[in-house]
Amino acid sequence: MVTSKESAIVIDNLTKRFEDVTAVDGLSLEVEKGELFGLLGPNGAGKTTTINVLCGLLEPTSGSVSVGGYDVRKKTDKVKELIGVCPQDTAVFSHLTGRENVELFGNLHATQKEKLKKNADDLLRKMGLLEDAKRRVGKYSGGMRRRINLIMALVHDPEIAFLDEPTVGMDPQSRRAVWGFIKELKKRNKTVILTTHYMEEAEELCDRVGIIDYGKLIALGSPKQLKAKFRAKNLEEVFIQLTGRRIREE
Amino acid sequence: MNFQRVFSLVKKDLKRMIREPATLFLIILFPVVLTLVFGVSFGAIGGTQSTTYQIGVVNMDSAVLDQQWSQHLIGNLTGTEILKIQDYSDNETAQTDLLQGKIQAVLLIPENFGQSCISFWNAPTNSSLWVNTTVQLYLDSGSMFATQAIPPIIQQVLTATVYGEQPISVPRPIQIGRPSLIQVSKLTAFDYMAPGIFAYAAIFLTMTVAESFTTDREKGLLRRINTTPTTPSEFMTSQAISNMFAALIQVALVFAMAYLVGYRPNVNSASFVLAFVIMLIFALCNVGFGLITATIAKSPGAATGIAFIFIMPQMFLGTFVGFALSPSAQAAGKFVPSYYVTDALTSLFLRGAPVSSPMILLDLAVVTVCSVAALLIGILLFRKYGKA
Repeated sequence: MVTSKESAIVIDNLTKRFEDVTAVDGLSLEVEKGELFGLLGPNGAGKTTTINVLCGLLEPTSGSVSVGGYDVRKKTDKVKELIGVCPQDTAVFSHLTGRENVELFGNLHATQKEKLKKNADDLLRKMGLLEDAKRRVGKYSGGMRRRINLIMALVHDPEIAFLDEPTVGMDPQSRRAVWGFIKELKKRNKTVILTTHYMEEAEELCDRVGIIDYGKLIALGSPKQLKAKFRAKNLEEVFIQLTGRRIREE
Repeated sequence: MNFQRVFSLVKKDLKRMIREPATLFLIILFPVVLTLVFGVSFGAIGGTQSTTYQIGVVNMDSAVLDQQWSQHLIGNLTGTEILKIQDYSDNETAQTDLLQGKIQAVLLIPENFGQSCISFWNAPTNSSLWVNTTVQLYLDSGSMFATQAIPPIIQQVLTATVYGEQPISVPRPIQIGRPSLIQVSKLTAFDYMAPGIFAYAAIFLTMTVAESFTTDREKGLLRRINTTPTTPSEFMTSQAISNMFAALIQVALVFAMAYLVGYRPNVNSASFVLAFVIMLIFALCNVGFGLITATIAKSPGAATGIAFIFIMPQMFLGTFVGFALSPSAQAAGKFVPSYYVTDALTSLFLRGAPVSSPMILLDLAVVTVCSVAALLIGILLFRKYGKA
């Protein structure tokens, strides 16, 4: 596959194996610049593994991956300058305040001081955490920690954002705030890869979604296209039709 | 290397040391309490503190008619109120008391002292007619005050007694001999322990480093930092800096506490600087051990236990505890880095060795080699097996 100039992410025949488990199996996918792409799938389908490969945290077993035009294997440092990653499990320093956590990650991305202060203030305000920014994160509620987790990924204003289930455990108000925030990223022509288990979230936010199961891409298109193709009322019905009703183990 | 990244990581680690109670205790409070407890228990308080100095005087002046000169000198020495004079009939008894720490100096007035004074006053401008002699001074080498303060006081009193207001630059028939430094047995147990306590405190950095790495790994923070452009060398540099800073604070606090409880090593500023340098290098060794521990340990709780694999031998074989061990255990101590730290600090603070002493430089070299090796092994192992 030839890397397109307009493609933010190109995944070509990606396979990732962990000993005898194949987490991602021959996945090919292209995400355009400025696109909000939803990566959906049951537990253990290979979503997080795919994101970890895209971030340079995991080496692919085979296949190639490019992010922002850079081969992730060869130019990991360049890729890391472009991306912001919001991990699925909240990863914050409990001994630091909300602002300190946010500024730490801005500094790790070598964000210029004034820009960092402005971005941190903006994001903390939009996420409703400005007043609590001076409190240590160890004292935050679960929802507040998740919001700080997201801000830490975006404080340096990355071109490409990987948001791995960013709204899990949030109350409806917080989730709506995050949705508004993600839509704003799209308006600013940022590329967003969003994984989620909330189908209404994907339907509301994503330009296109890819449904993966057992490491393979089993459906790809806009929510509207997929609903039409599978004659479903909503994306959840599409998802259930494709992946079945059996409960999966991680 | 991007220093914005490095310093933000250092700041983060220093905040952890201050804000997390367990870390604060291990790094700051533990060494302070340890020094205080040992200082009080093993007799540093009041051990060498003194506002007056006990001087033994042996008056061997044989002049029958002119002994008033030596008596006059002794009277003037007593009159300073800083010196408490104790008369001795013979030098041997005075030296015995000096060795036992009962007095801090011995002043030996020679037998021709009075004769020398008279010869000076009979012909103040004709030095060929003077009877030259030397007043001998012996000092307690273990007392910084004795070696630094007593000679100028004696010189001042002697000048005023014998020559009155004569200008100082003119030649004199009586000189004070080069003071002899006597190693006395007045040192307290704490004086012997203190160098080991400095090393003892730093050893626990192994545990704090291992705990912080395993905690950050468990919480996914190392992985998250790895999604940023931070390079492994920037990350490890920040760890080295923050832990060296912690060691610096530890040593300063231990020094301060030791000083408060009466510890007064007879050293100059160069020795202090070298002591700090040795401790900083030793801190790197413990960062290395901490990384090795974090590689083996699967959780912060396990890290605490496994850290003792490195802490216990260093503690028992290489710090102040080592003084009480059998000869074979003391020989085994030569295989732990803390032994060389304690040995170097003992040479500096207890034996009064200069910073250029070959023994100290050898200790420094061994500590440096051990630290570089431990750090490199720690970094390599952690990068290969410990990050996941």
